[in-house]
Amino acid sequence: MIAISEPKAVRWTLIAVTAIFLVLFLFLPLAIVLTTALGQGLTLYFASFTDPDTLTSIRLTLLTAAIAVPLNTLFGLAAAWAIAKFDFPAKSLLVTLIDLPFSVSPVVAGLIFVLLFGARGLLGPALIAHGVHIIFAVPGIILVTVFVTFPFVARELLPTMQAQGNDDEEAALTLGASGLQTFLRVTLPNVKWALLYGVILCNARAMGEFGAVAVVSGRIRGLTNTMPLQIEVLYQDYNYVAAFAVASLLALLALVTLVVKAIVEWRSGEPVA
Amino acid sequence: MSITVRGVSKHFGDFRALDQVDIEIPKGTLVALLGPSGSGKTTLLRIIAGLDFADAGAIAFDGLDITTRTARERGVGFVFQHYALFRHMTVFENIAFGLRVRPRGTRPKEADLRKKVGELLELIALQNLAGRYPSQLSGGQRQRVALARALAVEPNVLLLDEPFGALDAKVRFELRRWLRALHDEMHITSVFVTHDQEEALEVADVIAVMNHGKIEQIGSPDEVYAHPATPFVRSFIRFKEDHEAK
Repeated sequence: MIAISEPKAVRWTLIAVTAIFLVLFLFLPLAIVLTTALGQGLTLYFASFTDPDTLTSIRLTLLTAAIAVPLNTLFGLAAAWAIAKFDFPAKSLLVTLIDLPFSVSPVVAGLIFVLLFGARGLLGPALIAHGVHIIFAVPGIILVTVFVTFPFVARELLPTMQAQGNDDEEAALTLGASGLQTFLRVTLPNVKWALLYGVILCNARAMGEFGAVAVVSGRIRGLTNTMPLQIEVLYQDYNYVAAFAVASLLALLALVTLVVKAIVEWRSGEPVA
Repeated sequence: MSITVRGVSKHFGDFRALDQVDIEIPKGTLVALLGPSGSGKTTLLRIIAGLDFADAGAIAFDGLDITTRTARERGVGFVFQHYALFRHMTVFENIAFGLRVRPRGTRPKEADLRKKVGELLELIALQNLAGRYPSQLSGGQRQRVALARALAVEPNVLLLDEPFGALDAKVRFELRRWLRALHDEMHITSVFVTHDQEEALEVADVIAVMNHGKIEQIGSPDEVYAHPATPFVRSFIRFKEDHEAK
């Protein structure tokens, strides 16, 4: 074990503070979500999911994630590969730009797209004239979700790829491997755990994003409400059971994410990120 | 295969890594590129391999100009200082890699591949560790696997970048003896980079002493030792004696 030793009192205080914090801010909310969702019995809980508007919101959330996550996986791989393996001008600018969605408030991100594609926006009128509706429609939701979840995969991959350097790829090259063979047989296996973890985080955010989606979706029930938006709508209708039932689904996703992360860490033999 | 380097220059920004370098490496010789860090020896090795490209000058194998060919097309075996073994593959799969990535037409059958890899494992005396992963091997074992992996593709020339640099003294001593013996057996044209004058004197047929991106002297170990061409060569080659004499 480690040789540093704080007094017992300090150690226990630190552990107690962490534990209390976890209970207050993680377990308690989760418990409230579950007890409220199940408070009126299982029948009512499952009945919440038969509401057509709720079903539409679940489908929309799944569709959004199904498009945004693969797109950002591809983008993240391309960006991390380019930044870690090649030298080019303005490289640090690109790294900063990738982080931009992290530093911009989601609401602002949503507004950017309204200003671009809205009825009075920069490109909106021309698109609407051709029958292409982006704002207050599904394409807008997908676009902002892609924007908001843009950095996750790239950010997870970059440190791993930079630490590994180019030697493995150069070795593969001298052994006669093509670029694609090198990528599939050497680069990808070397970063697979970081990639998987980035995809998990990206997916969690894609399904859970509220602010940016709220701005562009127009919150039309049964049409442009995603799960987080539907939860708020149900809550404001005093439909607590349904609101918390849908919330429990999202929370379940978070738990699955945690479990997968734990498995990933266990398989890769080291904590990821 | 013989290697011809003619008028090769290379800059990294303002830094002149190689300045009009010429060297002729006859078929079957074992050449050491010897010099201090920053002398351009690794850059020269990488340019011969096709991992870097010269700003000016030409490279030829057996008289055939290959200056613009990529590393993939040159048929070189390259051994990296830090081995660069594929960490997610076993020793066996590491050695087999170059055979498995061949185009379908020239790819050996599984049985032939196993036989070939088996022979190489025997050559590096690691038959019983074929199923291990690189992280489970010692430094010396890893370097032998890296060498076997490079030899598996039957390269025209073997290039080694500080092959013993990351090893402790005893393993280094054994491994360079072993490399010399291997070369005497296979006669593959080989170039290795080192900053250790003892290593160069002991292992190489020919030593090229480099400094500031130029080759100061090319000759047999005896020549270079007995008749250093420049004060730099003298001080570098006899560094140890000079140091001990004080």
